[in-house]
Amino acid sequence: MNAHATTAHHHGPAPGLLRWVTTTNHKDIGTLYLWFSLLMFFIGGSMALVVRAELFQPGLQIVDPHFFNQMTTMHALVMIFGVVMPAFVGLANWMVPIMIGAPDMALPRMNNWSFWILPFAFTMLIGTLFMEGGGPSAGWTLYPPLSLQGGNSLPFVIFAIHMMGASSIMGAINIIATIMNLRAPGMTYMRMPLFVWTWFITAYLLIAVMPVLAGAVTMLLTDKFFATSFFSAAGGGDPVMFQHIFWFFGHPEVYILILPAFGLVSEVIPTFSRKPLFGYDSMVYATASIAFLSFIVWAHHMFTVGMPLAGELFFMFTTMLIAVPTGVKVFNWVSTMWRGAMTFETPMLFALGFVVMFTIGGFSGLMLAMTPIDFQYHDTYFVVAHFHYVLVPGALFGIISGVYYWLPKWTGRHYNETLGKWHFWLSTFFVNLLFFPMHFVGLAGMPRRIPDYAVQFADFNAIATIGAFGFGFAQILLPVIVVMSILGRKKAPARVWEGAHGLEWTLSSPPPYHSFSPQPVVRSRII
Amino acid sequence: MKNPGRRKNILALFLIPALMFGFGYLMVPIYNVFCDWTGLNGKTGEMSASEAVLLKADTSRSIRVEFTASLNDGTPLDFTPSAPSMNAHPGRTYRATYTARNLKGEAMTGQAVPSVSPAKAAGFFNKTECFCFTRQEFAAGEQRELPLVFVIEPDLPPDIDTITLAYTFFDVDAPPEKSADGHASAH
Repeated sequence: MNAHATTAHHHGPAPGLLRWVTTTNHKDIGTLYLWFSLLMFFIGGSMALVVRAELFQPGLQIVDPHFFNQMTTMHALVMIFGVVMPAFVGLANWMVPIMIGAPDMALPRMNNWSFWILPFAFTMLIGTLFMEGGGPSAGWTLYPPLSLQGGNSLPFVIFAIHMMGASSIMGAINIIATIMNLRAPGMTYMRMPLFVWTWFITAYLLIAVMPVLAGAVTMLLTDKFFATSFFSAAGGGDPVMFQHIFWFFGHPEVYILILPAFGLVSEVIPTFSRKPLFGYDSMVYATASIAFLSFIVWAHHMFTVGMPLAGELFFMFTTMLIAVPTGVKVFNWVSTMWRGAMTFETPMLFALGFVVMFTIGGFSGLMLAMTPIDFQYHDTYFVVAHFHYVLVPGALFGIISGVYYWLPKWTGRHYNETLGKWHFWLSTFFVNLLFFPMHFVGLAGMPRRIPDYAVQFADFNAIATIGAFGFGFAQILLPVIVVMSILGRKKAPARVWEGAHGLEWTLSSPPPYHSFSPQPVVRSRII
Repeated sequence: MKNPGRRKNILALFLIPALMFGFGYLMVPIYNVFCDWTGLNGKTGEMSASEAVLLKADTSRSIRVEFTASLNDGTPLDFTPSAPSMNAHPGRTYRATYTARNLKGEAMTGQAVPSVSPAKAAGFFNKTECFCFTRQEFAAGEQRELPLVFVIEPDLPPDIDTITLAYTFFDVDAPPEKSADGHASAH
C-alpha cells in the first residue's frame, strides 16, 4: 500500500474514474468541489426560475403555493450550502496550497472525505422533494413552530444540514492547518496573499458557528420527535429563542459567504491595475474586524420580535459599525485602481462589477440596519433585493471572477475572452433587471415568500422575471467557456497575466500534479 | 502528521467545533437568565406573600392593570379574564381571576404562559400566586376560576401608568405534531 502510494506520488494521477473517488490531491479535490458547485448552481437556479415564473403575473398560474414554498426554501439551502460555500472551498483547495508554497493540504485524506460527504447530503436534501408531503417549505431559516408542522422531510433536511456542517467544519480545519503549518519558508502571515488571509479568517468563522447551527437543528429534531420543548411555549420553551440561536450562526454565515470573495477581488484588481494592493495591512485588519463584529450583530435579523429599546440600539449601532471596515475595503480597491494601468479582461470586469454592485447591496443593508426603518422593510422584497445584491453580484461575481482569473492556470489553455465578456455584460444587465425592481416593490410593501401578490406590484415583478430568465440562461455560457478552455488549443504561459505576482504564477499552466515538493523561499510580500 | 506540535494544533482545532456545539445548547439557559434579568418575555418578578406585605402602599399613584387571554391553536378551552381591567396602587396586594371552561368531553391539562407589557414594567410586577405557576387540570366540561395575586413595586418607573398582563393557554397533552394536524384540518 505504502509502496503503491509512493509510486503514485511520482507518476501523477491514478488512471480511470476511481481517481476522483480515492484522490487525496488538493487540485483534484478542488476540481471536484468546483464542478459540484456548478451543478448545484444550475439546480438551485432552476428552482429560482420556478419561483420567478410563478411571480411573473399576480394570481396562481404554474405551481401550487405549497410547492412554491418548497422552491423558495430549497433554492436558498442549495445556493448557500451547495453553491457558494463549496465553490469557495474548491477555490481554497486549488489555490491556498500553491499560493503559500505548500505541497498539498495538511490533511489530505480528510479533504477527500469532506468533499465526498456533500453529494450524499444534497441527494438526501433534494430527494425530500419527491417524498410524500414534499420538501421543507418553512423557509431556509427553519423557524419553529412552522418548520415543525411540515411533512416528514424535516429529519432528512436536518441530517443533510448536519452532513454539510461536518463537511464545512472539516474543510475549514484543513485550511487552517494548512495555512498555519505548511507555509513556505519566508511566507510570514503578513506576506500571505489576501485570498489566503480572508479564507484563514473565514475558516475560523466556520468552525465557530457551523456547530451552533447543528445544535439549533438538533433541538428542532428533538422538539419534533423526542418531546423536548426548546421552542415550544407549552412546555416552557420559546420559539424566539430559535431565532437567536439561528442568527448567532446566521450572521457570521453571511460573512462566510462574502469574505473569500473579498479575497478574490483583492487578488484580481491589483493584477489588472498593475499596481500592488493599496493598504494591505488595513485589508487584513478590516477583514478581522468584520469577522469579530459578525458575532455581536445577529439580532438585527429580528428587530420586530419585540426587544427592549437598549437591545435594538445596541444591535443597530454594532451593525452600522460594520460599514466602517467594509468601507475601508472598498476604498482600498478603488485606490488600488487609482492611476493604475488598467485593462479590462473578464476577471477584472467581474471584480469591478463586484465592487459596484456589492456596494449597492451594502448600502441597502445600512438602510435595513436602522431599527425604525427596518420595521417597515422587514420581510419585504426590499430584504430580498438587499441580500441578493450582496450574494449574486457580490459573492457569485467574486467566485466567477476568481474562476476566470485562474482558469488558464488550471487547464493550461486560455479561455475565449470574447465569450467571457459576453458572459459578464449579459449577467450584469440581467442581474440588475432582476433585482433592482425588487427594491421598489419591497418599499411599496410586497411581502417576501408569497406565491401571489396585489396587482399594483405586477409590472415590476414581470420585469424581475424577465431579468431572472435572462440571467439564468446567460449562466450557460460559464460551463461552455470552461469546457472550451479544457478542450482548447491556445496554450497559456506560466504567468498568465502580466501583472500577476503570486507564487501560483511561478508554476507551469497547468501546474504539475504535485507542486512545491521542495518549497520555494519567499523574500518579500508578493502581491 | 509526524510533528507532535502540529498534531496538538489540529486536535485543538477540532475542539473548537465541539465546544461551540455545546455553546449552542448553553444559549438556552443564558437566554432564560437574560430574560429573567431584563424582564423580557413576560418573565415577571416573583415575591413571597410575606415580602409583599412589607411593601409600603403608594396611594398617590393608580396603575391600570389590563388582562387579556388567548389560546394556542387547538386548545379546547373557553378562557377569559373575569374583569378586563382594574386599578391598583403600587405596594398593595390585589387578587384577580380568570375563568376557564373545558370544552372537551374528556379531561385535559393546560399550561398558561404569561407575558407583561411594557417589558420595562415586568420586573416591577410581582406575582405571589398564579395559576400559571403550575399546570392546570380540568375534568370534562369543568369550569373554574383561576386566581392570581400580584403586587406592583412602588418604585415602578413614573412614566408607566398601564400594565397589560396577557396569558396564552396551551394544551399540554397535544404533542406539537398533533396540534399541527388539527390546525391543518381546521382550514
